[in-house]
Amino acid sequence: MDPVPGDPAGAPRTGAPAGGHGPDLGPLLQQAARGDSAAFATLYDATAARVHGLVLRVVRDPAQAEEVTQEVFLEIWRQASRYDVARGSALAWLMTITHRKAVDRVRSAEAATRRDVTYEQSNRAVEHDTTVEAAHASLEAHRVRAALTQLTDVQREAIELAYFGGYTHTEVAALLDLPVGTAKTRIRDGLIRLRDTIGVGR
Amino acid sequence: MTDHDQTHDWDVHALSGAYAVDALDDLERARFEAHLAQCAECREEVDSLREAATALGTADLVAPPAAVRDQVLAGIGRIRPLPPQSAGGTRATLRRRTPLLIAVAAAVVLLLGVGVASLQPWDGDDGPQELTAAERILNAADASTVEKSFPDGSSATIVISRSEGKALIRTTDMALAPDGKAYELWLQSPAGEMVPAGLMPDEADTTYVLDGDASEATGVGITVEPDGGSPQPTSDPIALFALDS
Ligand SMILES: [Zn+2]
Repeated sequence: MDPVPGDPAGAPRTGAPAGGHGPDLGPLLQQAARGDSAAFATLYDATAARVHGLVLRVVRDPAQAEEVTQEVFLEIWRQASRYDVARGSALAWLMTITHRKAVDRVRSAEAATRRDVTYEQSNRAVEHDTTVEAAHASLEAHRVRAALTQLTDVQREAIELAYFGGYTHTEVAALLDLPVGTAKTRIRDGLIRLRDTIGVGR
Repeated sequence: MTDHDQTHDWDVHALSGAYAVDALDDLERARFEAHLAQCAECREEVDSLREAATALGTADLVAPPAAVRDQVLAGIGRIRPLPPQSAGGTRATLRRRTPLLIAVAAAVVLLLGVGVASLQPWDGDDGPQELTAAERILNAADASTVEKSFPDGSSATIVISRSEGKALIRTTDMALAPDGKAYELWLQSPAGEMVPAGLMPDEADTTYVLDGDASEATGVGITVEPDGGSPQPTSDPIALFALDS
């Protein structure tokens, strides 16, 4: 198969992961789209801890989270050719797939046990990764925490309930005692401020 | 102020943030994705907000057990990566869709009444357009959805409006029917009968309004039938969607 025009192998791309470390994910996705399983293994190793960290935070149950993480990577393999560098970073693309899968899982398990709002406590006990990547991530985490202080309390809570809790904006409104229809505005305003403070996506 | 308040729920653009963090229910998502396909402003905003959400989500690193890696690397051997979306066939699909999406935009503006200035202008709009059946279902006050994901990663959503008496199906990444076969749709009657409701277009991503009256239907089924369809199902459904009454 011909290489994609205008993209010599190894050329730097704008699709580098936020934080700018680790292998460039965009070319790995492209290689994976052509069936290159070695490139995909490299992609897995570079992103598995992030993907699983988010899945675990949303899904909470470790056994279910492992299933979801596995589904996420199979989906990334299947859809690799659909990543469009013009629409954002490769990391955002795969974390979007990750988040959607995790949220689908908790919503379909709705009738089951979850639904306690103390989502922050339950995932603190998990043993965290201690690699070099983790050090980078803690820098990132610091940056994100600092940015979060720029948000109003309601914006921050609404975003956390939606993103980590997997709640719909209507449920978020009910949880925060907001009039229906205002939670979506808080989420949007908060994300815009977060985006502008961290300096991503523009 | 009253007018403005009434239009609040129809302010589709305001859903960009909730969409970026998957905080929409299935129906809102279907509506917003229809909007997204024709609103470059929202697409750009969603993309940038997803980067912000990604920053939120990448702070927690937890390595999955080694067994997950083994299963993933074994699993990809059994899955064929999808072809790029910009391949010829998809362009035809997009072209066919465009009039529908423009009409959806027109419908949204009509419903908004005010606030037109905040929307993207578009060319070639010569005043009010008739809503298509799909738009009437999507915009109905009583529209509800049932979604199913399949093991191969594809998914299908039924949107039904009892007041319109119609249902539609939206598919994403559906595998095409085998050669000489077609996917036939069925509406299940309260008596349990399967009533033919048309043949699904041979496209991976499609929106199709089911034939027939769905106001009393208790379910929607999909079966694989010989080309041209059958008056009665000849096989077990590959998918069955139960509808709330
Ligand atoms: Zn828009």
